[in-house]
Amino acid sequence: MTELTKHEPHTVYIKPSKGLAALNLRDLWVYRELIFFMVWRDVKVKYKQTLLGMAWAVIQPVMTMLVFTFLFDRVAKLPTEGIPYPVFSFTALLPWGLFVVALNQGSRSLVAHNNMVTKIYFPRLILPMSAVFSGLVDFAIAFVILVILMFYYQVTPAWNLIWTLPLFLLLAIVTALGVALWLSAINVQYRDVNQALPFLTQFWLFATPVAYSASVISEKWQVLYSLNPMAGVVNGFRWALLGTGNGPDITLWVSVGISILIFISGLFYFRSMEKTFADTI
Amino acid sequence: MTTAISVKNIGKQYKIGAAESKFRYNMLRDVIVDTVSAPIRLAKAMIGKSDHRTNQNYVWALKDVSFDLEEGRVLGIVGRNGAGKSTLLKILSRVTEPTVGTVTVRGRVGSLLEVGTGFHPELTGRENIYMNGAILGMKRSEIDSKFDEIVDFSEVTQYIDTPVKRYSSGMYLRLAFAVAAHLEPEILVVDEVLAVGDAEFQKKCLGKMGDVAQQGRTVLFVSHNMSAILRLTQEAIVLNKGQMLMRAPTQEAVDFYLSSGQAQAGERVWDAEDVPAVSAPFRPISLKIMNRSGKVVDTVRSTEPVTVEFEYQLHAPVTGLRVGMYLSTMRGEYVLTSFDTDAPNLFEKFDSRQAGRYISRAEIPADIFNEGRYTIGVNASSFGVRRYFMDENAIAFNVDISGAPGTHWPEPRVGPVRPRFNWTIEKLD
Repeated sequence: MTELTKHEPHTVYIKPSKGLAALNLRDLWVYRELIFFMVWRDVKVKYKQTLLGMAWAVIQPVMTMLVFTFLFDRVAKLPTEGIPYPVFSFTALLPWGLFVVALNQGSRSLVAHNNMVTKIYFPRLILPMSAVFSGLVDFAIAFVILVILMFYYQVTPAWNLIWTLPLFLLLAIVTALGVALWLSAINVQYRDVNQALPFLTQFWLFATPVAYSASVISEKWQVLYSLNPMAGVVNGFRWALLGTGNGPDITLWVSVGISILIFISGLFYFRSMEKTFADTI
Repeated sequence: MTTAISVKNIGKQYKIGAAESKFRYNMLRDVIVDTVSAPIRLAKAMIGKSDHRTNQNYVWALKDVSFDLEEGRVLGIVGRNGAGKSTLLKILSRVTEPTVGTVTVRGRVGSLLEVGTGFHPELTGRENIYMNGAILGMKRSEIDSKFDEIVDFSEVTQYIDTPVKRYSSGMYLRLAFAVAAHLEPEILVVDEVLAVGDAEFQKKCLGKMGDVAQQGRTVLFVSHNMSAILRLTQEAIVLNKGQMLMRAPTQEAVDFYLSSGQAQAGERVWDAEDVPAVSAPFRPISLKIMNRSGKVVDTVRSTEPVTVEFEYQLHAPVTGLRVGMYLSTMRGEYVLTSFDTDAPNLFEKFDSRQAGRYISRAEIPADIFNEGRYTIGVNASSFGVRRYFMDENAIAFNVDISGAPGTHWPEPRVGPVRPRFNWTIEKLD
């Protein structure tokens, strides 16, 4: 073996953390490469030993879009503000798909990696974070499909607004991470989360204007409706890409506010529970 | 000398008995009330106003433990199962937080029990090295620079781009160990209790530990294997029920531990309900493993005789009874069988036994066992007539081989026995 490395070791103080734990973002920075490796591993492993491989990233949103098109366009004939329904719904399915994967993987991340949690130290935040980020690859693939769809249906993108898209993407990520922080920490102690997730996802889908246009919600309910941050994300995506809706107004700011609230509270809840993860998982 | 680890009054409290109270319903009404109030309890627990502390039992897995360890020292930690050894290591490696107290650690803590953590079966050996390295806290550049060394050490060079799910378990372990071994922490923590793998692998772990100690790093070593502790450490602490009983030079600490009889293990007692009705009139009462000074112990020394004492009751006279034991290794290989009426004089004298209480006692001579864990099964039968009672796994005990033949070579020996033979060496010209 090689000789002792000659750098000055840093000193770690271990003591019980009291009350609202400090966020300890320094450790997160020290372990930043681990986030990259976890995302890389998730992406690499996700479609291993599948026949269709990466095609699943395309098949899933496209099939959902086809079903929606049949049900809500052909049968229910929902209004789409002049946009062909497939493009209209697929624009919403992009952030929604990212959110669902992030929420599900993120919420299960701690329990799924319990051998890591019970054996070694690393900032536990890395697990839900990397689970959420790994959804971005599927998002990118689905985005290419959207571009193709828009060409096919000759929908002109709203060029002047498109620069806002990353901001709405960020809002989707912050929302998903916030909820995943809460649920993953609760899941360590109460596996009820596993049972609740499919139900929660389904319920949330209906409460988000993915299959329908937010304009069908009457004026007086709009603010209440925007308490769901994903409504803000989906409306934002449609506005930025297709130019539908009114653009940022009070409802968007409500969504942003709620999202940040969930995220910050989730961060602190997660940190305060973190000390007992290894004991209760 | 600077202090590598400074532990001050740490304690760790665990919750016990939660599951028990949770599922003990008496009436359907209780079930319904409990079900309805479950979301409320969940909400309460989440905002931290849990009523747990009042109605659940807490136990101190570790209490008021303090010690300082200087850089470059190797410290052994001994104690029975549940004494708090693993909890202590988990606190030092920051897996879990102490409930009270503080620890100051200078440098990176690495542990050989992290072997293979984060390995993914679908990833290749190469990919897993990077993944595992990152999990252990290595920088990418650090892994790059040690990559070839790691691959050489693991001896899986030609399979390095094969998914590890195709590896044999030996290859898998070697690769995993190779990464952990190249972490080069300032402080190494080894919990042999949790170590996996075969004797060969464990030997490698111990060898690695020796290397690390030689390089002047600080090592904490937990083991049930007293000869390994004696061989590899200069100092040891003895834990019992979460408390530190002593810290002393290793020989002294090991002697104290082995002779303190902290072991209630080492005795098996049968309650009336444990004994099947078909055993009557034979009724087993207890089985004890005792060391030379008559103490009931769960660890015996192979250099001392061991006494096995089986107490039982006969509710009616029995003819042709023989009471005895099977000895086997933990892996289930039989080592020997022996009965109390093996000797012709005892066979004649106790061929028929009156009702009453008996003890059948066997003294196993010194220099029989190799190191490891053994199982004793008991049997009471009348040959060719009937078997009254049998328990294949009545009790288990550990054997410590310090001082046994050949222990000056620090290597494990194959085979369940380690007798002292009369070797002679002649020189022929």
